[in-house]
Amino acid sequence: MATQTRYAPDRGLSVRMTATMFLLGLVFVVFVGLIIGIMSAAGQSLGAIIVVALIFGGGSAFASLFFSDKIALAAAGAREVSPREAPELHGIVDRLCALADMDKPRVAIAPARMPNAFATGRNSKNSVLCVTEGLLYNSGLTQEELEGVLAHELSHVAHKDVQVMTYASLLAIVAGLLVRFAFYSEIFGGGRRGGNNSQAALLIPLIMLASAVIYAVSFLLIRLLSRYRELAADRSGALLTQNPSALISALTKVSQGMNRIPTQDLRAAEPLNAFYFAPAMKLTGGGGGLSAVFSTHPTLEKRIEQLTKIQRELGQAGADPRGIR
Amino acid sequence: MGFLDTLFGRTKPVQPKLDDLFGLPSAAVQLEASTGFKPTGSGSVSFRAPEGKPFADIQKEVLELLDMDSGKPGGGLPVEVTKDTYGYTWLVSNHMSDEVDALVTDLHAVNSALVDGGFGPQLLCTLVSFSDDSHRRLSLVYLYKRGTFYPFAPLSGNNRDNALELQVKGILGEDLRIEQDLTRWFPVWGAPGL
Repeated sequence: MATQTRYAPDRGLSVRMTATMFLLGLVFVVFVGLIIGIMSAAGQSLGAIIVVALIFGGGSAFASLFFSDKIALAAAGAREVSPREAPELHGIVDRLCALADMDKPRVAIAPARMPNAFATGRNSKNSVLCVTEGLLYNSGLTQEELEGVLAHELSHVAHKDVQVMTYASLLAIVAGLLVRFAFYSEIFGGGRRGGNNSQAALLIPLIMLASAVIYAVSFLLIRLLSRYRELAADRSGALLTQNPSALISALTKVSQGMNRIPTQDLRAAEPLNAFYFAPAMKLTGGGGGLSAVFSTHPTLEKRIEQLTKIQRELGQAGADPRGIR
Repeated sequence: MGFLDTLFGRTKPVQPKLDDLFGLPSAAVQLEASTGFKPTGSGSVSFRAPEGKPFADIQKEVLELLDMDSGKPGGGLPVEVTKDTYGYTWLVSNHMSDEVDALVTDLHAVNSALVDGGFGPQLLCTLVSFSDDSHRRLSLVYLYKRGTFYPFAPLSGNNRDNALELQVKGILGEDLRIEQDLTRWFPVWGAPGL
């Protein structure tokens, strides 16, 4: 069969991701309902706060989406490199893009010594793939392993992860802003409130409470979604290079390299954490249940476990008698 | 990618388009008439070999397929298998310079064998080489996933003869589907069979 492929979809991952997104959507609906309820109960003055929060939150989310490539490059202090400056890096990216039939992102190098890589941008035309100098020169990665890392990052671009995560975080941003606005209006606006507005005085703490709860819930769901997107990128990357073993050893090497780097470097990298190949910031506290819930990346063990499964699948697909005429 | 694929973070494997390769013989005639570039008779297929053992079987099968008619007059010469520095496997087929048809048939046979084995998404590109009387080199690179060609003219020291490449783009525009997105014209320095 001409259409036969060696790729098997991972249903479990899709189902878990759908469930997470459904819950996020549910939280969003509850939140909007709550706002409409509060607005109709409290009238103009409170409504204005909420509208301002929505405009600010939405505006900042879309600005960060639109300028994500420039913001991330500036935050990492990265510099775009031409094919002449980094022929090997461009060569790997060129070939992977041709294999995957996708637009080639711009390629940049960041001066950090920490071995890592990230890709960002709102769509494939405007995306940039950035690797650190540490990854290129100090991590001891072979070319195959480097290719595995780049394939993982290209998969993030192909999956439009920056867009997906921005839409997912929109709610959390607005809720977070509302908590803050409500808090300020409580402090500064308290004296001016007349007697007939006592209803609003009651409602402001209520908004704060609801927003805080919604912020917390959506925050956890976003982190969960982020971990699933990482697993999906690992999977697509390994299938693209057909070399899950190289990705496993790259993950191991990069994670080990991360532990050797001084903490200050890591703190500077915090804002970019979610985009990285491996998390630069590790939450302290023995790797137990709580840190796993807050983490942007799945644990190393979980990622390796999935890749080992792909390793076996690739082997089995070839052994299948239908696979070879 | 579809909406659902984006939502679930999936990538569908991209199947190669093979048929556009058969436009090459007529394009070669056109190229020689306009620029004096003649086929060198060598062509190569590049693909990503997956890790693990079963691939060795496919490789053997492809080699047998290509070498089958090498004994007969007019048949293909034995094919070379090499691996480049980027980890891609190249199958180089050598013919006489006037046998573009046979060369294209061979390359198509390699492609079909790989696609039938389920390795279609791993095909990277096919390369057919040309040279002119002053020993300038030119290759036409076929991108499987796009079904398009682009010219690649290497000069010494990792430079490209962009003027020649664009000239060829203009000449062959009617015979072949030329890749319009110039960012996809990636260089294949030191490719086997170049």
